[in-house]
Amino acid sequence: MTKLLRNEPAITPELIAAHGLKPDEYQRILELIGREPTFTELGIFSAMWNEHCSYKSSRIHLRGLPTKAPWVIQGPGENAGVIDIGDGLAVVFKMESHNHPSYIEPYQGATTGVGGILRDVFTMGARPIACLNALSFGAPEHPKTRHLVSGVVAGVGGYGNSFGVPTVGGQMRFHTRYDGNNLVNAMAVGLAETDKIFYAAASGVNMPIVYLGSKTGRDGIHGATMASAEFDDDSDEKRPTVQVGDPFAEKLLLEACLEIMEAGCVIAIQDMGAAGLTCSAVEMGAKGDLGVDLDLDSVPTRETGMSAYEMMLSESQERMLMVLKPEKEQEAEAIFRKWGLDFAVVGYTTPSKRFVVKHGGDVMADLPIKELGDEAPVYDRPHVETPQPAVIHAREIKPPVSTTEALKRLLATPELCSKRWVWEQYDHVIGGNTLQRPGGDAAVVRVQDGPKGLALTVDVTPRYCEADPFEGGKQAVAEAWRNITAVGGKPLAITDNLNFGNPERPEIMGQLVGCLKGISDACIALDFPIVSGNVSLYNETNGRGILPTPSIGGVGLLDDFKKSATLAFKAADEAILLIGDTQGWLGQSVYLRDICGREEGAPPPVDLAAEKRNGDVVRGMIKSGTATAVHDLSDGGLLVALAEMAMASGIGAMLDAAPEQTLPHAWWFGEDQARYIVTVPVEHLLTVMSKLKAVGVPCVEIGKTGGREIVIEGETPVAIETLKAGFESWLPDYMNGKA
Amino acid sequence: MKAAVLVFPGINRERDMARTLKLVSGTEPAMVWHAETELPKGTDLVVIPGGFSYGDYLRCGAIAARAPVMDAVRAHAAKGGLVLGVCNGFQILCESGLLPGVLMRNAKLKFICRDVHLRVERSDTPFTRGYNAGQVIRVPVAHGEGNYAADEDTIRRLEGEGRVLYRYCSPAGEVGDTHNINGAAASIAGIVNDKGNVLGMMPHPENHVEEIMGCTDGRGLFAGLAAHLERAA
Repeated sequence: MTKLLRNEPAITPELIAAHGLKPDEYQRILELIGREPTFTELGIFSAMWNEHCSYKSSRIHLRGLPTKAPWVIQGPGENAGVIDIGDGLAVVFKMESHNHPSYIEPYQGATTGVGGILRDVFTMGARPIACLNALSFGAPEHPKTRHLVSGVVAGVGGYGNSFGVPTVGGQMRFHTRYDGNNLVNAMAVGLAETDKIFYAAASGVNMPIVYLGSKTGRDGIHGATMASAEFDDDSDEKRPTVQVGDPFAEKLLLEACLEIMEAGCVIAIQDMGAAGLTCSAVEMGAKGDLGVDLDLDSVPTRETGMSAYEMMLSESQERMLMVLKPEKEQEAEAIFRKWGLDFAVVGYTTPSKRFVVKHGGDVMADLPIKELGDEAPVYDRPHVETPQPAVIHAREIKPPVSTTEALKRLLATPELCSKRWVWEQYDHVIGGNTLQRPGGDAAVVRVQDGPKGLALTVDVTPRYCEADPFEGGKQAVAEAWRNITAVGGKPLAITDNLNFGNPERPEIMGQLVGCLKGISDACIALDFPIVSGNVSLYNETNGRGILPTPSIGGVGLLDDFKKSATLAFKAADEAILLIGDTQGWLGQSVYLRDICGREEGAPPPVDLAAEKRNGDVVRGMIKSGTATAVHDLSDGGLLVALAEMAMASGIGAMLDAAPEQTLPHAWWFGEDQARYIVTVPVEHLLTVMSKLKAVGVPCVEIGKTGGREIVIEGETPVAIETLKAGFESWLPDYMNGKA
Repeated sequence: MKAAVLVFPGINRERDMARTLKLVSGTEPAMVWHAETELPKGTDLVVIPGGFSYGDYLRCGAIAARAPVMDAVRAHAAKGGLVLGVCNGFQILCESGLLPGVLMRNAKLKFICRDVHLRVERSDTPFTRGYNAGQVIRVPVAHGEGNYAADEDTIRRLEGEGRVLYRYCSPAGEVGDTHNINGAAASIAGIVNDKGNVLGMMPHPENHVEEIMGCTDGRGLFAGLAAHLERAA
């Protein structure tokens, strides 16, 4: 091949380092291809071998994760995971991070995060039916936080609202450890027919490879490489690497793709996400055991004079690569033209198993295609276990305020306050299928015209993961499972989005390994496999890592959405039951941190057998109709959950005092796991209690619904309206600069 | 009812609308692509659904208002045919000159998705005959640019001629700044043209027609239209 190519720069150690490749990694390249790479080839390697695309630090630890179940159609490794929900229908879903871009340019970073995950889902032939997200921001008092919240939320909404998918749920938190490195994790869920799922693997030699969608520009070059490095004070200078989202183009791309899939034109399809044309073309070829010849002269571009290097590394959005059935090429082109989208044959599959890129008559790259992916470095990085934190006993904590005062304050904290300000900027009703809107345990979305429904949630408690990665990992999965259960769903599978700091530091690697072990154990115990996911490392600024944040997106199935539960109390004079065992675990609780000012201790342990046993019983009660309202217990504990049920309904509660053996603050605010509040009509109380006793599920009656206040025996009553005022006002006040 | 639902690139609530029309009237509507120059024969109701036609990158609805199919819609309206525009549909009707005024950015500059209450101002129109005058209904809104504005004369005319059919209000029906979610002039949520056959409204009645959604207040609008057209036929 031509050695010196049109003004391409010479390969120097500085250039190699600027591509994020370590000297030993470059050595590996030399051995693999037996010569010095061209500039374009160096760019291709840097795109394929960065952390974001190659999973080089996490891969060996991801291998052991449970990914199988009879209902799993496609596990990790494709654009998204696929599960069977019966009736010939499949749910396609995945969660992905867009952390670094969202810090540099919050609006565009968030939009392209949402756009990317939507594309992953419809690439597989599914029409997106819901989006969720998990957002982590720095401390409210940090000078940039308000700007980031405002931009990210507007961006998530701006894309999803215009694209036309309901954003039905999510999480949002503030913590100083996300100062300078916020997290934006976006999840998309789609619906497809089980016999019409599309994959990336190309098949057949000499098949046309078609480029579809928006034109290629100079945006986002090296986006994936940026996502694989830490931040410092100069990170704002990386703004040009952030892509710009165009939800209108994506909506057209969705409709056009689904139309040509329906018309039977498609053999293989891959969206251009991270590392753009490079990654998508290599994946299509490598997965299909084929070579790929690309002719860049045919690539539609937004600007003139783009080099091969730029075209191969551009992360311009809303683009797809497909292998079409040759006889259907014209039909496919007509469909794309109808939607006003670009359509160009940019290459062919070959039997050579080489990745050849031509531009202006020159061969700019000629690389072994399988090795580009398969031979990426894999690191078993040193890792040290997080030291076990001390268990804090409730008797060591003196309550600084009364129970009702603590409740009032907790509901108005950044952690527990209403996130209405966020989700009212998201169209959560489009599609006409949102049966449970944001604000409950899990969102419920009707499947077509029913009677099936999907229960969807995103969960993780980063402060638990920081204190004890193993228990924290277990808890994240258990809480997703519990939230789906609390609306009556059968939990089916999860997608994980693993956000951590710099894996080259053994203690960070230890967090990753510990969390994954916990996640794995919980998935096995709860029969809740992982079908897709994403790893985001190097979430550090100036050497300080984020809280370990393995976001878990859960999908569950309701056979009949009418047999579902919500958390709002339904009527006065119903019995309130607390299901699950309460020890009064205050270590790492929101109470300990936000009321007592102590962020410490061991997090609550997760008894997975108890989770399963208690959850299965609660789900049964929802199905049989005995449970009238259901809420899972998590952040803030029992009293916060009760207040949420009261605020959602306007119906209060009269509660017995804490039992003698438990200190009141531990009883009301402890965060013991595997617990639910369930209300039942009094006439069913005895039957329910004896049934629960028979199956060994701990259950106590703690009071009755009614009135307009939360009344605890021996405490000053507090009006629901008072609680609601604090609960609803913190976030809007903060965003208006008042808090 | 023989409804035609217009589809412009970027429209995204056409499925919601089609499902509701089918549910309430029993008849599947025709989906009509923006490049068409004629409406299906016998069309008695044109519906322009919500969404972000052409990305709303120019003024909302400005490009769609100039699409080929809109000439056919103007002709349909001129003959007295019924036209309903919801959300982006309302914006398109304003931009196409079928309705007066314009929809500006919400007063607080943020997209708003939530249930709102609307007061039905009169019941003697095809678009409101399913309700009683003064009735309060609950339907969702989902828009960033729903702040209705027009010059004083136009507002005066709209009010004087009883052309404001839906107004934002409290659950008890009071109209005022606290309940005016987007800052619209005179709390206007929906208006008709001078002949009364073209309605534009920002809220989404089509998303509140089924029991399972917890509210069926949107049904009256479509049931009223169906009844009106049945009687006319």
